Amino acid sequence: MTWVNAVVQGILLGGLYALVAAGLSLMFGVMRIVNLAHGVLAIGAAYLALEVADRLGWHPFLSLLVVVPVMAAVGYVLQRGLLDRALRGGELAPLLVTFGLAIVLQNLLLEQFSADAQRLDVGSLGTASIRVTDGLSIGWFPLLSAVVGLLVVAGLGQFLARTRTGRAMRATSDDQEAARLMGIDNRRLYAIATAIALGTVAVAGVFLGSRTTFDPGAGATTLIFAFEAVVIGGLGSLWGTLAGGVVLGVAQTVGAAIDPAYGILAGHLVFLVVLAVRPRGLLPAAVAR
Amino acid sequence: MTRVEPAARGAGQDAVPPSAGSGGVRVRRSGPAAWIGGGVLVVAVAVLAYLPYVSSRGTQIDLVGLFSLIVLGTMWNLLAGYGGMVSIGQQAWIGLGGYGLVYLAGTLGLDPFVSIPLAALACGLVAWATSYLAFRLSGGYFAIGTWVIAEVVRLLVIQVDEVGAGSGASLTAFSGIDPQYRIAYVYWVALGVAVVVVLAVYLLMRSRIGLALTAIRDEPTAAGSSGVPVTRAKRLVFVLAAVGCGLAGAVIVANTLRVQPGSIFSVDYSATMIFIVVIGGLGTIEGPIIGAVVYYLLQDGLADLGNWYLVVVGVIAIAVTLLAPKGLWGLTRGRLSVFPTGYRVGRGT
Amino acid sequence: MSTPLLEVDDVTVAYGDLPALRGLSVRVAEGETLAVIGANGAGKSTLLKTIAGLLRPQRGDVRLDGTSLDGVPAHVRVARGIAMSPEGRRLFPSLTVEDNLRVGGHARRPGPWDLARVYDLFPLVSERRARPAANLSGGEQQAVAIGRALMANPRLLLLDEVSLGLAPVVVAQLYAALPRITEQGTTVLVVEQDVNQALAVASRVQCLLEGRTVLEAAAADVDHAQLAAAYFGVEAR
Ligand SMILES: Nc1ncnc2c1ncn2[C@@H]1O[C@H](COP(=O)(O)OP(=O)(O)OP(=O)(O)O)[C@@H](O)[C@H]1O
Ligand SMILES: [Mg+2]
Repeated sequence: MTWVNAVVQGILLGGLYALVAAGLSLMFGVMRIVNLAHGVLAIGAAYLALEVADRLGWHPFLSLLVVVPVMAAVGYVLQRGLLDRALRGGELAPLLVTFGLAIVLQNLLLEQFSADAQRLDVGSLGTASIRVTDGLSIGWFPLLSAVVGLLVVAGLGQFLARTRTGRAMRATSDDQEAARLMGIDNRRLYAIATAIALGTVAVAGVFLGSRTTFDPGAGATTLIFAFEAVVIGGLGSLWGTLAGGVVLGVAQTVGAAIDPAYGILAGHLVFLVVLAVRPRGLLPAAVAR
Repeated sequence: MTRVEPAARGAGQDAVPPSAGSGGVRVRRSGPAAWIGGGVLVVAVAVLAYLPYVSSRGTQIDLVGLFSLIVLGTMWNLLAGYGGMVSIGQQAWIGLGGYGLVYLAGTLGLDPFVSIPLAALACGLVAWATSYLAFRLSGGYFAIGTWVIAEVVRLLVIQVDEVGAGSGASLTAFSGIDPQYRIAYVYWVALGVAVVVVLAVYLLMRSRIGLALTAIRDEPTAAGSSGVPVTRAKRLVFVLAAVGCGLAGAVIVANTLRVQPGSIFSVDYSATMIFIVVIGGLGTIEGPIIGAVVYYLLQDGLADLGNWYLVVVGVIAIAVTLLAPKGLWGLTRGRLSVFPTGYRVGRGT
Repeated sequence: MSTPLLEVDDVTVAYGDLPALRGLSVRVAEGETLAVIGANGAGKSTLLKTIAGLLRPQRGDVRLDGTSLDGVPAHVRVARGIAMSPEGRRLFPSLTVEDNLRVGGHARRPGPWDLARVYDLFPLVSERRARPAANLSGGEQQAVAIGRALMANPRLLLLDEVSLGLAPVVVAQLYAALPRITEQGTTVLVVEQDVNQALAVASRVQCLLEGRTVLEAAAADVDHAQLAAAYFGVEAR
């Protein structure tokens, strides 16, 4: 029963990882930017939620009403102010800039909030669970975060597939110059994409910060897990990212069931194995470029 | 006294391309600036080598830190500036180098000064094996992939009880040596490592492989179709950078006598390397040296700032990337060149 | 004479130090079809990219309806009525045919063209609407590229080498659609290496050589020997 339990918990955790990874995947898909500040930004969103919860006494989920728009605005400005410039500076520049940003943000958070571990308090939701059988119960919070992850991935997928802006993003991703010839303002589109990505990052940060404790250094593992979900799933495929998140989540919970010290290591090892045997991921994008 | 080398294969004679018009075109690598610069450098190394006879132990220990920064910056520049590979996982090799020294000299009882290069070689070996995984990724995903590899190495190392598992270990192999001598020896080793690493990169970049690397950096697809073995050259760079970082890691541990997994495997090392190279100047040999010196001085001067230090350095690095992508060394606009690896085409003689 | 729809006035465009257009002037009147011809590297694509706003002239000016387009970015030019089918089609390979066409209408300019009209113009494209654009034949891709440009409801349609890499039958089929485009009042500037095809569809031809005009004539009274000489840059006998 512990195994079934581990797998079920892993699947739910995978939904959360997909939520964390969605923004990374989107920014790479549209702009070919690998945002190395992705994890720190998620943690920053968690701290923002913490501030809102502390000062206004709001529930962390309610704080999303503030955190999501703020992070989206940050994304818009970030893209216009820094990343557009970086994109013009060659291949290395976006990496150097986003990495520099990650270090700057992490140390600002350290300065502001110290290295003490924090946690967003979601109240009884954090502990309540549905008992399925003796050895298996499903927590409401993990279930909720998995559902939100699923909804975000599905929502992004629909946005890209069906809306005018989403279509324009896919077109720009294929051929930026040709897209400009179609009347698409690619800079504005990039800013919108980053705003959406950071909006999802905000949601991810609040759920991460409610699930376990976090500190300013937690951005590192956040980025790594998001990245592993994206690569396991297959670059450029949102549903692949969901699958990748689930594989990673299950690997971690099953690994931890063997020995608590092996959880994260098991996730990394599964990632490396996938890289070795299926380098294009489990569900690579239909049309590879 | 100008050394002249033809562009392609280095036959050692003046190269006058047939297309040259009146006056002829000379392709050359070094000018007077290089000879002066080179001379200054030799004198500087000689003075530094003499330093243990006249300076305090504290100064020497400090300078070993600077030498490690130079090695680390030079290695990251080799990867990114010449190999086009952004790694944020070099702490894997720094940590393995440090732990390798502790294991070989401490657990196995080998001579510590022999253990340092052995540990670095081991890093090269592991890097060679892992490159087959890392090279399946490219660009930013390669960067995070190297970080995952570093995390895996750390998580595996902390399973090993012989080197203190999660809490780290002390390096006791030097206990037979008078501290005064030990510190001086470690100082000389660190200086030697820095000189060897910089010279090795210099020679590498002047070799055929160096030309291939430049071609890869400038046009990866064209280099591939022109018969340059792209992946082999990159793999070589990846392995060499791991060896260099392993040396630095071993030197760092020999200097501090203690290894602790959380700090020796910290991604902050990669941040440091990146900042050094970006600020000094990416894609030049001089850049990382300048960057290391600047970083070292800033570190000293801004020590009171605490976390603000990395905020300031990070902001500077972002600004340099966007506004002056050639870094501090680029501000000399090629007027100075201590290590001419590129070719300059000038009119006449 | 009234203002031409498009005026390219003494334009110089260079890639680095190498000029591709050297003080070139081109005028296209509203409703006219102009063919610009010339050998490889004459500067034809450079001209179209400059009009579309992808390249910025070092000297000279491009005017639409008398208004200078200096500093107007490419995507705004589409909204003002300049659409282009670029050399080599440049479809969005991961998008379906229909999505490619929809992207063409991104600017939402009102006018006669919509999905139904484009499908009516190119029935074959209609059959392929759900397929990824990457899976089409060259001729089908070119039809989609033209349809995609039409979706912007342009006043000025720029077509760059429709015939590139296509069998003559296919080229003829594609050009057969041109009258149905121009009858909407659309002004067309075609760039071609296929001189006969160009002469068949255009009212006027302008021949470029090394970024300059070497011949300009009404399509009806072109002297073929002269044109060949201009095209290859040799003296006519
Ligand atoms: N991106 C570029 N960078 C540098 N030079 C270019 C570039 N594009 C074109 N050129 C040069 O500019 C000149 C004009 O090129 P252009 O593409 O406009 O010619 P073209 O008439 O369209 O030729 P083709 O019939 O081959 O399409 C050529 O000499 C070409 O080599
Ligand atoms: Mg052309």
